[in-house]
Amino acid sequence: MPRSRLLAIVLLGFASMPPAALAEAPLELKSVTVELPFGDKVFPRAPGADEVSRNCLFCHSAGMLLYQPALSKSAWIKIIDKMIDVYKAPVVEADIPAIVNYLTDLEAK
Amino acid sequence: MREDRAPHPLITRRLLLGAGAMGGLALLAKPSWAETMVDLPLPGGPGQRSISTAFPEKGAMILQRTRAPLLETPFDVFDQGVFTPNDRFYVRWHWPVIPVSVDAETFALKIGGHVNKPLSLSLKDLLKDFPRVELAAVNQCSGNSRGFFEPRVAGGEWANGAMGNALWAGVRLKDILDRAGVKSGAVQVRFTGLDQALGPEAPRFVKSLDLDHARDGEVMIAYAMNGAQLPLLNGFPLRLVVPGWFSTYWIKMLDDIEVLDQPDTNFWMKTAYKIPDTPGADMKPGETGVPMVPISTMIPRSFLTNHSSGETVAAGAPLLVRGIAFGGDCGVERVDISTDGGKTWISTELGKDEGKYGFRQWQASLTPEPGNFSVMVRCTNENGLAQPGTANWNPGGYMRNVIESTDLVAA
Repeated sequence: MPRSRLLAIVLLGFASMPPAALAEAPLELKSVTVELPFGDKVFPRAPGADEVSRNCLFCHSAGMLLYQPALSKSAWIKIIDKMIDVYKAPVVEADIPAIVNYLTDLEAK
Repeated sequence: MREDRAPHPLITRRLLLGAGAMGGLALLAKPSWAETMVDLPLPGGPGQRSISTAFPEKGAMILQRTRAPLLETPFDVFDQGVFTPNDRFYVRWHWPVIPVSVDAETFALKIGGHVNKPLSLSLKDLLKDFPRVELAAVNQCSGNSRGFFEPRVAGGEWANGAMGNALWAGVRLKDILDRAGVKSGAVQVRFTGLDQALGPEAPRFVKSLDLDHARDGEVMIAYAMNGAQLPLLNGFPLRLVVPGWFSTYWIKMLDDIEVLDQPDTNFWMKTAYKIPDTPGADMKPGETGVPMVPISTMIPRSFLTNHSSGETVAAGAPLLVRGIAFGGDCGVERVDISTDGGKTWISTELGKDEGKYGFRQWQASLTPEPGNFSVMVRCTNENGLAQPGTANWNPGGYMRNVIESTDLVAA
């Protein structure tokens, strides 16, 4: 790697700071009503996609699963067990094998 | 990509089941995103994420999860100054049952449990009856940068943007507790927000602090960040601020404070958010028998913010490098950079100190010779703790603070 030289530090100015800007005027807190998006993506079609869709989207949107790294089958089984045992996710037991297979091979889909 | 919107996230199981398979719901999708993509450099991928502007009171954010929202701050925001704008401040919720409407007139903060005089305080009470305090403090997700763990671990696959720094304004928790009168025998204080778990048997997201910590005069209940009321997704109207501690303790939409005479054993304290009880929360993948403890204080980090890996810069000309650093549970002592792989380090100039718990800017100038080079940045905090040269690992993906390196080309 070619050497790069560090020079004496010169003051070139820090990034402009947004003013901390606490106005002296008393703060008034106003009621808020918002709308939150519900869900983003759909699962790529492949065997098991229906089982994943109907069991996993009750608590969270699809991105939670689609953005996971490649995980082993045993890791997915542990995760699904945790969702059921700890977070009380309403997962249909008969669907679990299809869910595990789908998620284990997710990057291929 | 498609997006379906429901008018309200407070869906019931009946509604969901009545709609049949979610695939059916997705057919009702109305594209509503103004979106572009970003590719986060997560080892092994997937790194593609949308940039979303679909969330209330929020600007462009990296969409990690729509429901419950996980929104990451795009990293260029950290180059704009030490205070992270409210509309770009990252968002992280555990459960999707988040109130979408909060009435500032009727909202009440309740203080009860092991106290002499249970209280119910309105927002006006908090604004009028207690001294207002202000503090700059970094709020960082325990799992910030989890996506860089190798081997990878499950969870929210954040890059480095699950953090932000704000000037918080509010009241001291100590003042509130003193008003209620903590009874002798109290040991901890538990905090609950307005969000709820899905179903009565699932564990609501609650956290506790030891009584001495809760009464240290620094822990505060914030009603403002950066001079404005909090965005709903950052916890409007009240958020616990625990300076120097990871964000898991900074309960959002705080409406219930309970003084406990027994240590809290709820799931979120006893089981979740545990780290190995080792320096830097480090262990080997697959290692067993490691004692685990609840995550607590933050450790130093620093980042280069005005250039990204892969950029080409001018060779033979002065190059300004700058960024942000924070000390964790104390201030920044120094920030050094290295361009020779860590063999030699040169100190940088620090920007204005806005408070020991906040971001601190640093900058330096270097003149690169033609070719590839890397700029490593290392923060040493006021306790003498420096960022390590090797990344930690633990199964939760918590507390990453390895020295960051930015790879540039000079031509």
